[in-house]
Amino acid sequence: MSGFFSPFITKPVSVSQIMLHVLFALIPGIALYVWFYGPAILVSITLASITALGIEALMLKIQHKPVAPYLKDNSALLTAWLLALSIPTLAPWWLVVVGTAFAISISKHLYGGLGNNPFNPAMVGYAVLIISFPAYMTHWLAPQGVGGVSMSFSDQLGYMFQGLLPDGLTLDAVTMATPLDTLKTQLHQHSQIEHILNMPIYGHLAGKGGEWVAGGFLLGGFYLFAKRLISWHLPVAFLGSLFLIAGIFHLFDPAHYAAPLLHLFSGAAMLGAFFILTDPVTSPTTPRGKLIFAAGAALLTYLIRVFGGFPDGIAFATLLMNITVPLLDAWTQPKVFGKKEKRS
Amino acid sequence: MKTLYQFHGGIHPPTNKTQSTQTPIRLAQLPVKLVIPLHQHVGNCAKPVVEAGDYVLKGQLIGRPDGHLSSAIHASTSGTIAAIDMQPVAHASGMADLCVTLIPDGLDKWIELAPCDDWQSLPHTELRHILRNAGVVGLGGAVFPSDMKLYAHKHKIKTLVLNGAECEPFITCDDLLMRERAGEILLGIEMMRTLLYAEEVLIGIEDNKPEAIAAMQAAVTAGGYARMEVIAVPTIYPGGGAKQLIRVLTGIEVAAGVRSTNLGVQCFNVGTAYSVWRAIRYGEPLISRVVTVTGNVAHPQNFDALIGTPMDELVAQADQLPGTTGYIMGGPMMGVLMPSMQVGMIKATNCIIASSDQLFPAAKPAVSCIRCTRCADVCPAELQPQELYWFAKAKNLDKAEDYHLFDCIECGACSYVCPSNIPLVQYYRFAKSEIWAQEAGKKAADAARERHEYRESRIEREKREKAEKLAAKEKAAQDARAQRAALAAVPETGTMPVAAENPVQQKIQAAIEHAKLQAAAAKPKNTEQLTPHQLAEIADIEARRARVRELAKDNTEE
Amino acid sequence: MISALLVMAAIAGILGAILGFAAIKFRVEGNPLVAKIDAVLPQTQCGQCGFPGCKPYATAIAEGVADINMCPPGGEEGIQKLADLLGMEFKPFGGETKPKPKSVAVIDESTCIGCTLCIQACPVDAIVGAAKQLHTIIAAECTGCELCVPPCPVDCILMVPIAENLSNWKWKYPVYALTVSSSGNAAL
Repeated sequence: MSGFFSPFITKPVSVSQIMLHVLFALIPGIALYVWFYGPAILVSITLASITALGIEALMLKIQHKPVAPYLKDNSALLTAWLLALSIPTLAPWWLVVVGTAFAISISKHLYGGLGNNPFNPAMVGYAVLIISFPAYMTHWLAPQGVGGVSMSFSDQLGYMFQGLLPDGLTLDAVTMATPLDTLKTQLHQHSQIEHILNMPIYGHLAGKGGEWVAGGFLLGGFYLFAKRLISWHLPVAFLGSLFLIAGIFHLFDPAHYAAPLLHLFSGAAMLGAFFILTDPVTSPTTPRGKLIFAAGAALLTYLIRVFGGFPDGIAFATLLMNITVPLLDAWTQPKVFGKKEKRS
Repeated sequence: MKTLYQFHGGIHPPTNKTQSTQTPIRLAQLPVKLVIPLHQHVGNCAKPVVEAGDYVLKGQLIGRPDGHLSSAIHASTSGTIAAIDMQPVAHASGMADLCVTLIPDGLDKWIELAPCDDWQSLPHTELRHILRNAGVVGLGGAVFPSDMKLYAHKHKIKTLVLNGAECEPFITCDDLLMRERAGEILLGIEMMRTLLYAEEVLIGIEDNKPEAIAAMQAAVTAGGYARMEVIAVPTIYPGGGAKQLIRVLTGIEVAAGVRSTNLGVQCFNVGTAYSVWRAIRYGEPLISRVVTVTGNVAHPQNFDALIGTPMDELVAQADQLPGTTGYIMGGPMMGVLMPSMQVGMIKATNCIIASSDQLFPAAKPAVSCIRCTRCADVCPAELQPQELYWFAKAKNLDKAEDYHLFDCIECGACSYVCPSNIPLVQYYRFAKSEIWAQEAGKKAADAARERHEYRESRIEREKREKAEKLAAKEKAAQDARAQRAALAAVPETGTMPVAAENPVQQKIQAAIEHAKLQAAAAKPKNTEQLTPHQLAEIADIEARRARVRELAKDNTEE
Repeated sequence: MISALLVMAAIAGILGAILGFAAIKFRVEGNPLVAKIDAVLPQTQCGQCGFPGCKPYATAIAEGVADINMCPPGGEEGIQKLADLLGMEFKPFGGETKPKPKSVAVIDESTCIGCTLCIQACPVDAIVGAAKQLHTIIAAECTGCELCVPPCPVDCILMVPIAENLSNWKWKYPVYALTVSSSGNAAL
């Protein structure tokens, strides 16, 4: 018997499967990442995954919760993957571990575990790292074919785990500022957008390599959408608003404000639109709430990118909008069947 | 082609209907005994009018309606009443209720019925009276007395909706009834239309029942019914909910707590229409109904079974398979697990599913809600089930009510899709009954407060009245003393002529006179008009007292 | 200088008049807080709080004389409601005071001598009877306060807990154990 009370049947779908689908949807983006930046990211992902599962199990054990069912829900894995994808490729191993551990233990379990955390755990992890270890958070590898020197996989591992660089190599030679960072720095030096975009790190739309990875995440987003795992509201409102805001600034002053497509395909915009903002636990539940939430996140992202001090704004935009979720939910309760207007 | 509307959400669970539609409706065997609950309908429990040991005929009244909202209960066959006592009934609580146990004599002998060839000539009140006394209630599951729903002022009801949607998986009783008895259903619908003065009739049937749709359509054409339409509606659960079907057919949304009749629509189940026809045309009370027996049985099918038939006897006729763990009354989405396999079927029993572990595997353990809002996506009442769950779980009942808990129709769609396997509906049921209990408690408290305050004021009043009485008595006594004093004073003063010159004194004098008279009147009456004998006695006593006084005086002087 | 003083005085006068008018116009009879607290109390009038009824207890709470955890019939929910109403912390029952199952008084009719003592004790007039006549309790009106029990000289009044039946049956709070998984790696 399914239980003593109806309904006696349920649709064969589980949280674990949903999370698995989301992980699956990340694969095209990760594959392109590996293609352009080498396999070091896989090491980070693996490291983050192991840490996440270990910390998750520990936290469940401490709280006397059943470990196996919750460990199998794959939510910790998703947090780990998202965090690993957000931090620089050449991040030392302990950075990944600290970030993941903080995300799982503090921002997830101290708030009551899955379903109760108000803030996106991966983004909390990212925020903690970028505030605490800003220097390490700039170790982005240059994509293949850009920059003079390229690092072999074993060299990368050597740096990640032992902090050692091969003889004759400096960190500056192998890492570089992200396209968004470069843009900001160059604009500060009174360069024109046109000239900046002619630099070798830029590709067709945005950063070379990065634009392709973003495309991979977009593809994964379409998969999630086709599988009806996410609703259209969040990604469409986010990308649409970002496009619109960037477009307005760009039209106003094309020399100093980059084209909207550059914003969509730079940094974590695509990852954020389809995988970070769409975290159901930390986003609003009502359709209108989702639209406002995503539009707000887009505005904040743009403001932080263009006028703020950090290279990318997704993490802080997400966290700031997470604060508003209970309010948005309460404000945007939809109309009920047969009732004239929304609840007073 | 009529434009159809949509309602929000809905799900597509496996229908599992074909199993039980392969054979026609079969007349169920007469059971060994019948357990007929006296409370099978919305409203007051019927009052038993028979006693243990009585012999009753098929169709004889055994429970009369008690009060305005109630319905009659009849003997389903002829036989002897074995007991009238508390027995487990087909209810989610598994508790006992008053039931009549009837041992059939096998003759199945009808009581004399009062058929009616010409029902159009009867006044509407008379027709409603017949329905009430025939125990006709809504057979879609709500079991609301039909006579109460068939009352309308002229031109108030535009549309009569007939519900043949049957959206719940497994259930096929309405399907088979429509296939086989379409003509009689339409005759009943016509009666309903007349009673409601309804302009048009819309018969909604889900498009997964082409045979029923065809049969009903053919019957409408054959009968030449005007403004009566058979409409195929999309198969989606819970499209057969009254509110949802009304929405699909008419576009009207009936909110919780609103009567559909106020919006010009009334809705009945097709099975009810059939029973209305039988009750009015042939005078047959509602003592049997079509019931689907399916699930873990070798031959799933529909039976025309007597109300009160023990479920296990009925399921046995469809060849129950081993591994049956219990019976579900109704469908798998909204049905109720029976407390025992022996409970008698009731008017609301549209389906009995023999459940097994294979059919309904054990639920996976519930995990945390991840706010994925799949529940909100499928909720036909457009609620936010994840919020309601949150509030119900925290027992934050006010907030749950605020978020329209009572608009929930408990269709179970949210629980069905929940990836966390949370028994959502169960939380809503808990919250609803908790709120009802609190409201009942509040009502009782208000009544108690009122009674207490009344008692306080009564005690206060009594105290006051007592004090007033006492004061009045004291005053009277004082007055009396004053009068006596006045009486003694008058002869001594002897100033009457002088006083008479002064008007104030005159008044006082008058008062004194009056008081004197009163005092005289107040004097014990038994000292006047005494017999000579009594006077002699008194004189004698007085003489004795005088002598005693004399003696006493002498003694002191000595 | 003078004009400023005059203006100030005039303003003071006007405002004073408005305040005075408001005090008369919007005068509130009685203490509304008492009524609000009274509305939350279960109205058993049992006196278990140490006050002679629900209203006096409500008044005492409003005046800050009494604690909010002294009403056993209200249960912990009652305390919670009072705490919410008054913006106070929830305070559990202390010591002896414990909520009991809701009961009604029943008179054993074979023992009752018709003394009317219980009738006088009942705070809600739920007992009917007369001197030297059998008394009975209107179950629907009985608040279960037990005040009729001690006065009875023949101890014929019993407190009977209200049994669950079909009309007062409630759906239970769903308790679904987080089951032990097959890998054996779980508990609760």
